Amino acid sequence: MSTGTKTERAVQTRELERVTIRFAGDSGDGMQLTGTQFTRTAAAFGNDISTFPDFPAEIRAPAGSLPGVSGFQLSFSSSDIHTPGDAPDVLVAMNPAALKANLGELPPGGALIVNTDAFTTQNLAKVGYKSNPLTDGSLSQWTVFNVPISTLNSGALEGLGLTNKQVDLTKNFFALGLMFWLYERDMGPTLAWIEAKFAKRAEIAEGNRRALRAGYNFGETTEIFHERYIVPPAHLPPGTYRNITGNEATALGFVAAAQLAGRDLFYGSYPITPASDILHQLAGYKNFGVKTFQAEDEIAAVGAAIGAAYGGAIGLTASSGPGIALKSEAMGLAVMVELPVVIVDVQRAGPSTGMPTKTEQGDLLQVLFGRNGESPLVVLAPATPGECFDYAIEAVRIATTYMTPVVYLSDAFLANGAEPWRIPALDGLPDLTVPNRTEPDGFFPYARDPKTLARPWAVPGTPGLEHRVGGLEKADIGGNVSYDPENHHRMTELRQAKVDRVADGIPPLEVHGPAKGDLLVLGWGSTYGAIRSAVERLQADGESVAHAHLRYLNPLPANTGDVLRSFRRVLVPELNLGQLQLLIRGRYLVDAIGYHRVRGKPFRISELEAEARRQLAELGVPAGSATR
Amino acid sequence: MTQRDGHGAVAPPAGEPIQLGRKDFVSDQEVRWCPGCGDYSILAQTQRVMPDFGYPRENIVFISGIGCSGRLPYYMNTYGFHSIHGRAPTLAAGLKAARPDLMVWVITGDGDALSIGGNHLLHTLRRNVDVRIVMFNNRIYGLTKGQASPTSEMGKVTKSSPFGTVDYPVSPLAVALAAEATFIARSVDTFTDHLKGTLDRAGHHRGSAFVEVLQNCNIFNDGAHREFTDREVREDRTLTLEHGAPMIFGKERDRGIRLNGHQPEVVTLGQDGITEADLLVHDETDPLIAFMLSRIYWPEFPVPVGVIRSIARPTHDQMLNDQIAGAIAARGRGDLKRLLNAGETWTVE
Repeated sequence: MSTGTKTERAVQTRELERVTIRFAGDSGDGMQLTGTQFTRTAAAFGNDISTFPDFPAEIRAPAGSLPGVSGFQLSFSSSDIHTPGDAPDVLVAMNPAALKANLGELPPGGALIVNTDAFTTQNLAKVGYKSNPLTDGSLSQWTVFNVPISTLNSGALEGLGLTNKQVDLTKNFFALGLMFWLYERDMGPTLAWIEAKFAKRAEIAEGNRRALRAGYNFGETTEIFHERYIVPPAHLPPGTYRNITGNEATALGFVAAAQLAGRDLFYGSYPITPASDILHQLAGYKNFGVKTFQAEDEIAAVGAAIGAAYGGAIGLTASSGPGIALKSEAMGLAVMVELPVVIVDVQRAGPSTGMPTKTEQGDLLQVLFGRNGESPLVVLAPATPGECFDYAIEAVRIATTYMTPVVYLSDAFLANGAEPWRIPALDGLPDLTVPNRTEPDGFFPYARDPKTLARPWAVPGTPGLEHRVGGLEKADIGGNVSYDPENHHRMTELRQAKVDRVADGIPPLEVHGPAKGDLLVLGWGSTYGAIRSAVERLQADGESVAHAHLRYLNPLPANTGDVLRSFRRVLVPELNLGQLQLLIRGRYLVDAIGYHRVRGKPFRISELEAEARRQLAELGVPAGSATR
Repeated sequence: MTQRDGHGAVAPPAGEPIQLGRKDFVSDQEVRWCPGCGDYSILAQTQRVMPDFGYPRENIVFISGIGCSGRLPYYMNTYGFHSIHGRAPTLAAGLKAARPDLMVWVITGDGDALSIGGNHLLHTLRRNVDVRIVMFNNRIYGLTKGQASPTSEMGKVTKSSPFGTVDYPVSPLAVALAAEATFIARSVDTFTDHLKGTLDRAGHHRGSAFVEVLQNCNIFNDGAHREFTDREVREDRTLTLEHGAPMIFGKERDRGIRLNGHQPEVVTLGQDGITEADLLVHDETDPLIAFMLSRIYWPEFPVPVGVIRSIARPTHDQMLNDQIAGAIAARGRGDLKRLLNAGETWTVE
């Protein structure tokens, strides 16, 4: 779909439905900032957006090296999109390393904008290029735009009195300015950002402004581009929107939940990638009564959250897989003392230190079963950055209603990826108030609510309720230490039954597509976008394929078994080696098929589409009429 | 010399003074330590001292870890939390941050506090979390039936070290001092009045109070401290500290500690013309004296007991809550709607 219009310089403007850009450069080149600025601009313009920041764990790997390449992919569209795009349409490569690391994912015919100044003999040699790809003809299958970004940028900043290094640090804004020109974007929001960011450093602000404008003007005056592109605003549901990452939504969600519960939020945390941003954000919300505690280690972080919950606050801690491993014993304590703490696991590639900045879904079985004894707790998993807000509220609702620890599974892709988020109206949010026990008459620490099986929240400071809790097995109802064999069996069953009861208060598993059919693609967590897009492509071809996405992993929604049995085959794509698949097979005796990739990256739509088609072919379903 | 811990004694809730006695702090649970265990005495003094603080029972919380000491909260008729091994200070830190109105005690042992929970002890003390940590030191693992602990003497033969340990012990007081504890004291299970007095001082301190109680495990390490705690020898072999007073000890009160250069030495009053004026005067605010006291021990020296250090410093929960009050004063109480709508927004009609 394209409509040609003419600008005064005979540059065509073409309308596109969707564009995917990847900015790639050295980790010191400011690629994350460049991508974020473009994202903000596109979001404010009204496009649907989805982003995928992909950066190394090294803060500054050796300049120009492959491990130091940092990338930011964003997709913006005039229609509803679910992923940051399988492959970029445009790759902006700031140096040879960025080119080498990303070229393989640029489809033939894709546009490649390179900073030719960085293609020195030395930089080429660093990444093993024997000859210069810009001149040896090896890039002939792509549309290459050679731009001496560094030279042009220094020219534009001449006379400002900045050092060479300071000038070099602004070249990302030259590239950004050029992309703004190419996609007919307003520089206003970024100029305003520069103004605010460098308010106290006028010359740096001016340098960045000049770099941005120089890039834009270069597009305007150069003759190497024959087309500009416009991606019209998307038709999103009415409302007020903002751009939000998963980690931002998580932090906001817990602040909101505490307010809705009428209690203080206590957040215990130890720095760990990719969860640290939650701490950074919550630490700024002091006027919301948020108490943040940077603990000495992961164990202290969860211990303090349990202590705060015991005192009547909303006790929260967050980490990633390695930190969750350390918290495990204390999570078991929370199960035993039946206190409402929420443990956020922003998953990353493991095992051990693994790949700290890369995404994976490897912790599902860890959080479900990685504790000693029968130790059931509730596990939730938001599917999109925006949902991170909703499920924070849901986690607190369940924790306080049932007096149970709740694990909230996010991952690096959700945490750092962004999308437009429709800001919810406050009056649409649930009331999360639950009373503390205050009545001494008939008080027993382990007496249970008949509906939820929750024990009373009896916080210190309440006269007449003095009692002792702890990690030793408790006598049913009375709560004193008990080694009675039958009591232990009963208490173990009660703890399990309480978690199972949570299923009574959650929505059924929704099926997107036919209620019965050939193939169900079942997912959880951040794979939502890729699965949904792949399934929609198949549905558009008339295939009998549906998508169901679990947000509740323990307990599973009550209708899960019925949904699974309504399809001839169930495909479970996961960014692990089959953890939900194992669970589904064990719980429902359904012969679910897995599709597993652990590359530290989200799924591509195309690979899921191909796998689903393969499954349909195995079932003997003839290929749809509109097969690509 | 600055003021003692009177500066910020824990304020009991306003209102009618509360008249409670020891019995009010005795829970209905049967005490299950071995007969003859030193823990009985520590429990008794703890129950006896509680009424002195003026807190109602419901505002007092005892949190413990794992080990024989960990049982104590069950026997206190207050709120209690028997947590997991080494982690009691973490729960205390979170509870105190959330609930500054509570008086929080941590009950621990030498293995719980200095081995598995060493990191938490260090950081709780350096933050000056307003919590009183009472560490029972019997120099052995009792509950697990007799393995060497971080305070067991070098070469100690135990079940886990049949050829003797090859690990140097730590000095709990030196650890607390290095961790910047604002109150450090030592007492002995059998010195009942002294123990009660020490707990009383700890209870009135505002900030992290660390109390080492030398305790006898009559099953797995009987007589661990008897060489200087037995009734017949204790006055000659321990040094009872008193703020502002010269360091004198002995049945005849004729012996003392003098500094020779920067080295402490034991001297006898009246010998070689030595008088009280030559003796070191205890100062609870002096870190060098505190360090010296943390390093001297029987048999070279009498074992110091009493308050080694007590200084005033704002507490963690106080500073945390001051920041919150300050943020609310400066920016107003947080408005959720404004927070959600912060930054760049756009409207779709």
